[in-house]
Amino acid sequence: MKTLHTAGTPLLEIRNLSVVYETDTGVVHAVDDLNIRLEQGKTLGFVGETGAGKTTTARAILRIIQSPPGKITGGRILFEGTDLLSLTDEEMRSIRGGRISMIFQDPMTSLNPVMPVDEQIAEMVRLHADVSAEEARARAVEMLRMVGIRPDRAGDYPHQFSGGMRQRVVIAVALACTPALLIADEPTTALDVTIQAQVLELIKELQKKVRTSMILITHDMGIVAEICDEVAIMYAGSVVEYAPIDPLFERPLHPYTRGLFRAIPDITDDSTAAIEVIPGTPPDPTDPPKGCSFSPRCSRAKDVCFEKRCGMREALPGHFVDCYFPLLEEEDALARSEGGAR
Amino acid sequence: MSGNGTNRPILEVNGLRKYFNVKSGVLHAVDGVDLHIGKGETLGLVGESGCGKSTLGRVVIGLVDATEGEILFDGRNTLAFDKREKAAFRRRAQIVFQDPYSSLNPRMSVSQLIAEPLDINRACASRREMDKKVAELMDTVGIAGRLAGAYPHELDGGRRQRVGVARALALDPEFIVLDEPVSALDVCIQAQILNLLGELKRRDGYTYLFISHDLSVVKYVSDRIAVMYLGKIVETADRLDLFKTPQHPYTQALLSAAPIAKRGAARERIVLEGDVPSPISPPPGCRFQGRCRYRKDVCRSETPELRPVGANGHAAACHFAGELGA
Repeated sequence: MKTLHTAGTPLLEIRNLSVVYETDTGVVHAVDDLNIRLEQGKTLGFVGETGAGKTTTARAILRIIQSPPGKITGGRILFEGTDLLSLTDEEMRSIRGGRISMIFQDPMTSLNPVMPVDEQIAEMVRLHADVSAEEARARAVEMLRMVGIRPDRAGDYPHQFSGGMRQRVVIAVALACTPALLIADEPTTALDVTIQAQVLELIKELQKKVRTSMILITHDMGIVAEICDEVAIMYAGSVVEYAPIDPLFERPLHPYTRGLFRAIPDITDDSTAAIEVIPGTPPDPTDPPKGCSFSPRCSRAKDVCFEKRCGMREALPGHFVDCYFPLLEEEDALARSEGGAR
Repeated sequence: MSGNGTNRPILEVNGLRKYFNVKSGVLHAVDGVDLHIGKGETLGLVGESGCGKSTLGRVVIGLVDATEGEILFDGRNTLAFDKREKAAFRRRAQIVFQDPYSSLNPRMSVSQLIAEPLDINRACASRREMDKKVAELMDTVGIAGRLAGAYPHELDGGRRQRVGVARALALDPEFIVLDEPVSALDVCIQAQILNLLGELKRRDGYTYLFISHDLSVVKYVSDRIAVMYLGKIVETADRLDLFKTPQHPYTQALLSAAPIAKRGAARERIVLEGDVPSPISPPPGCRFQGRCRYRKDVCRSETPELRPVGANGHAAACHFAGELGA
């Protein structure tokens, strides 16, 4: 793949990224020749199942992959034009929490349990900006207010907050230095649905207010539909489809993406018919297939699919797919006549 | 997975309570629950963490003792069973747990895990009969025979959950509590397990109590649905009625909060303020009143009972159910 877009300088561009974990049972190819691009001010969803490489990609961007066993074996991560992989550790430290910050799934493990929450935010602010202790503390209270936490609770410790409130604190920490890029890794997965709704509303509101670009990692297509501008579908360590949200939902082109959509029970559908499932399981990451990583499970696979990976191509304007035989219209009609559609 | 059961309930629960003594008071996990499940029916039990749904599931099959109330299984009160009757009941009522990672003994192989309930209950006359039964069960839940000697850590989440289902089926039960059986699984694996549970039910007519926090899954699998909040059932209805005309303000908020995996599906979302209050020494009145946008004085003083609000047994525990816009 040359480039995904032609116009504009992207905020983030990942080229041919590969990450491996060296384990006792073999080399795990967690991210395998991944390409992605994120424009300023956009929210990109990373969607995929466990082990697809979503979190590893995010950690690679921040260079927080534990090594050993992890290792970035190739590629470039261009952020605001600079290759993050070429920076010194010290330069990288100033980027983390400053220009790029991350929200993790479990709010309890990303907060310091023995420090009041306002101090945790102030600490972050002082690390990245030349401000006095009082200014930092004022900023902390302001951030907490923005995420809906009253100033009189600013001095409380993490354990004094509920799960949803803790995730608000984490969001406040992440946004304290107005990052250009926020990476949110399953930010609402640990929360109940009514609390998730509160946090999603907050994220949407903050998107408008702060205009931070965002990578949202999730396995929940409902959250993607609500928050994202663009979606990257990940499978077995690489992006298999990448498109703006509407085309992706209206017409997924990769057989895996379509299978993923069909596997989710649809809350707006009254049917109780059997769910159409993708047979089998994702490939062993220590022994990925030679050709397309989805070929062993794909009902449309032909000889070429087992031989060589296709690589990303622009099947429709702005809609990229790593498949020799994307699900274009005539093919859809064919599938229907064969009774393949649900 | 639907296919309505007969009207005769296989399970009927009346005034069931389960309290736990904790350091700071008494935790009202299940606080006055009435419900019934018809033979061959799937009742979906939905609610958020801490609402008492798992405790309720465990109490009804006798894994946890009830504090108060009545559990009628096939018309007989299980709480009055003697030791022998209890053992017989436990064979007829089984459970599948959420986490296939922690509910399987890591030191037992697949075949040992599936044989364990057979062995404990001396359900097979000979070793050969047991091996045959284990092989049958593996086939039923779709685990390849070559995996008989594999250990849990060698299996992916979906296969582990299949082992959990095989264990529950081993003693030919009639009633199975499924406690978040697909919550720990990826969507493709989740779909495989949901299909398996549906096939089993069609084939063998099991009755399910399907506990989940996932509304789309509950809608898909259930014949009827009960919504639980802080130890109480706040609404119960046929699956489609519940989604079409939710009557309790909590149900309305819950349904509106679920993200929909479709574009242009956005609807007005009722965002509830605050969190679920503590189930330890809960205040009198309606459990939901602190977060309810319709609350009036009576909600603080009087606890609303579950009462009929529509056809097909639709009931809601709200003083103003039927008067609120759905």
